[in-house]
Amino acid sequence: MNKTYEKYYVPAQSPWPIVGAVALFLIAFGAGNFVNEVTKQQPGFGGYMLAAGFVVLIIMLFGWFKNVIDESMSGLYSAQMDRSFRQGMSWFILSEVMFFMAFFGALFYGRVIALDWLSGGSNNAMTFQLLWPGFDAMWPLLKTPGGIETQAMPATGLPLINTAILVISSITLHFAHTGLEQNKRGQLKLMLLVTLLLGATFLSLQVYEYIHAYRDLGLTLASGFYGNTFFLLTGFHGMHVTLGAIILLFVFFRVLKGHFTPEKHFAFQAAAWYWHFVDVVWLCLYFFVYVL
Amino acid sequence: MSAAVTDHEHDHEHHDHKPSGIKRWLYTTNHKDIGTMYLVFALIMFFIGGAMAMVIRAELFQPGMQFVEPNFFNQMTTVHGLIMVFGAVMPAFTGLANWMIPMMIGAPDMALPRMNNWSFWILPFAFLILLISLFMPGGGPAFGWTFYAPLSTTYSGDSTALFVFSVHIMGISSIMGAINVIVTIFNLRAPGMTWMKMPLFVWTWLITAFLLIMVMPVLAGAVTMVLTDKYFGTSFFDAAGGGDPVLFQHIFWFFGHPEVYIMILPAFGIVSSIVPTFARKPLFGYASMVYATSSIAILSFLVWAHHMFTTGMPVAGALFFMYCTMLIAVPTGVKVFNWVATMWRGAMTFEVPMMFALAFIVLFTIGGFSGLMLAITPADFQYHDTYFVVAHFHYVLVTGAVFSIIAAAYYWLPKWTGFMYDEKLGQWHFWCSLISVNLLFFPMHFVGLAGMPRRIPDYALQFADFNAFISIGGFLFGASQLLFVWLVVKCARGGEKATAQVWEGAEGLEWEVPSPAPYHTFETPPHVK
Repeated sequence: MNKTYEKYYVPAQSPWPIVGAVALFLIAFGAGNFVNEVTKQQPGFGGYMLAAGFVVLIIMLFGWFKNVIDESMSGLYSAQMDRSFRQGMSWFILSEVMFFMAFFGALFYGRVIALDWLSGGSNNAMTFQLLWPGFDAMWPLLKTPGGIETQAMPATGLPLINTAILVISSITLHFAHTGLEQNKRGQLKLMLLVTLLLGATFLSLQVYEYIHAYRDLGLTLASGFYGNTFFLLTGFHGMHVTLGAIILLFVFFRVLKGHFTPEKHFAFQAAAWYWHFVDVVWLCLYFFVYVL
Repeated sequence: MSAAVTDHEHDHEHHDHKPSGIKRWLYTTNHKDIGTMYLVFALIMFFIGGAMAMVIRAELFQPGMQFVEPNFFNQMTTVHGLIMVFGAVMPAFTGLANWMIPMMIGAPDMALPRMNNWSFWILPFAFLILLISLFMPGGGPAFGWTFYAPLSTTYSGDSTALFVFSVHIMGISSIMGAINVIVTIFNLRAPGMTWMKMPLFVWTWLITAFLLIMVMPVLAGAVTMVLTDKYFGTSFFDAAGGGDPVLFQHIFWFFGHPEVYIMILPAFGIVSSIVPTFARKPLFGYASMVYATSSIAILSFLVWAHHMFTTGMPVAGALFFMYCTMLIAVPTGVKVFNWVATMWRGAMTFEVPMMFALAFIVLFTIGGFSGLMLAITPADFQYHDTYFVVAHFHYVLVTGAVFSIIAAAYYWLPKWTGFMYDEKLGQWHFWCSLISVNLLFFPMHFVGLAGMPRRIPDYALQFADFNAFISIGGFLFGASQLLFVWLVVKCARGGEKATAQVWEGAEGLEWEVPSPAPYHTFETPPHVK
């Protein structure tokens, strides 16, 4: 092996991780109390603690990323460091995939196994006859065994438009990336801006769809297994799109400041990977939640 | 840790001195500092979780209700389990990984040092939340560490939300720790440190980290569904809404089974390091060890429902999970065979790390065999939820994982502190632990086979004698661990100076740096031949 190794940058002490730990404590402890207070409609400190946690978290993120960006811009990071970041981001995205797998797994189990067994499938004839006589297994589950009724969200219309928007945003982001690699800064800025606008449009339409579901369709978080999986899958996806859009926004600001070169642009790359990832999640989600 | 910094020829940068005071520990990015914090934290949690076990054993010393209310007893079993799994065993392994992996592969530090600090410091907060929840009105979580629905949804107390969020933080910590380990191993190996030259501790941790990244998010999903089911009216685990309580068990055990390998694969790595040193022979079957570890990891994703044979799954499912589970005995058998073959005709000596490693091999194998018994579906119908299960998983976790961690601590303490530990005291610790741990857990097999259910604060009279023995074993085992604390403190404060190699038969990069290991090792990578 004749590879030459540059010095690997190990940062000196940093105050940000402990600030972040305090932030997560405030968020978790605050949320734990807040959930109880909200559901019982009692006053309490949980909400304030939760909010304080997010404020501290945002301060931490600004401070931490400022350090990292300064170090990166002053050339402290070797190619090996860049690989560490890339690999770290890839494994993080894998963990996110597995998080969504838990909910997709629940969806498949509910549709294929739980509904079948509730209506007497496998060796559950007595369950059906004694506990849930008259239950009709169907998907979407418009009437639960307990009798809650709802309407299904159609696959055409708004969801289809949203799918198109998200796919197009992935394509525009790809063109932003090629613009960066070919040092066409104008294309980079324009395509990044278009991606951001598409992301914002997607999120607005999602909010509209939720209002429509609650107001017109009677489809809520509490309307049985169909409502659960619908809202948790689309909800967590929406949260990820929001996070991805915020990351892209900061990447956009950095582009405006002249950061990133055709060779070195890990932050851009990571944001783009994340965006493509949430796009793929949406395609799976659209197929399994809306279409099938 | 307070010893002077040994000069390193490349140590001329801005951070060639240790920062002092509390800031050193709060702000540190150094893998050795963070490793030390993980290990100390794990030891503290081991005693807190252990104290809860003492409460359980005191209550079970005699039949009838003695000291605590049933609800408090349930909180003790629940939080004992959570603390030992997430607060003691996993952080101890992560601490060992932090200390040893960069030194073993010739890396300057972990790949993402600041994130490393973050993944440690969120842990104490997570357990603070869990422990605070014990003092809430209605008490802390009392549904068992497996938090089965509907116990954790319909029938749980107000502390459930705190439990959920503290588990989220533990998961975040584990995932970040695992990403750090995996990236360090992929990216920071010294030139010449090829895959098949890596020490087995590094290999096993690489695979463990992969498992962590795959399953901790699933646990996050499970607790999230519990949260929404309990507080926001969803019905993932409620048949009236079209869900199924058994779905909870599927999701939980999809996490839970790989989790048990997360807690044993690094132990395999430790034993594979210690046995060759004290047998003064290279490890027998290195490559087969690597393949066996990988096979166990892959199989661990295909066996989760063996925890659920009594839920009434279709016969085809029960057969599939039974056979897959039994298959795991094959790679595990390869490992035990290789350790024994390593010792065959070796020039063996029996220092404390080796004693614990030998005890591990024998006692872990007992735990493995009782696992095989539990894997047999029709037999499991009899054993399920009895003390036989408790005996099984305490053999693999206490005499398996915990013994390996103790062995590792003895093995590497001289490298960490620069001083040899007190061998005589260590032998006392070993023999006291060995005898008491078997008195504690072996009779559980018998009461379990005779039908004593787990997680119940009272029991039928015929189990009284065995339970008294078990409790005495438990108290003795707990007391024996105080010897260990005394020994570690003594070793950190001074003693016979350790050489760089420490053990006559020790091989590997970590034994080529001085003892104690300098604050920064390998700022420029060594070349591995």
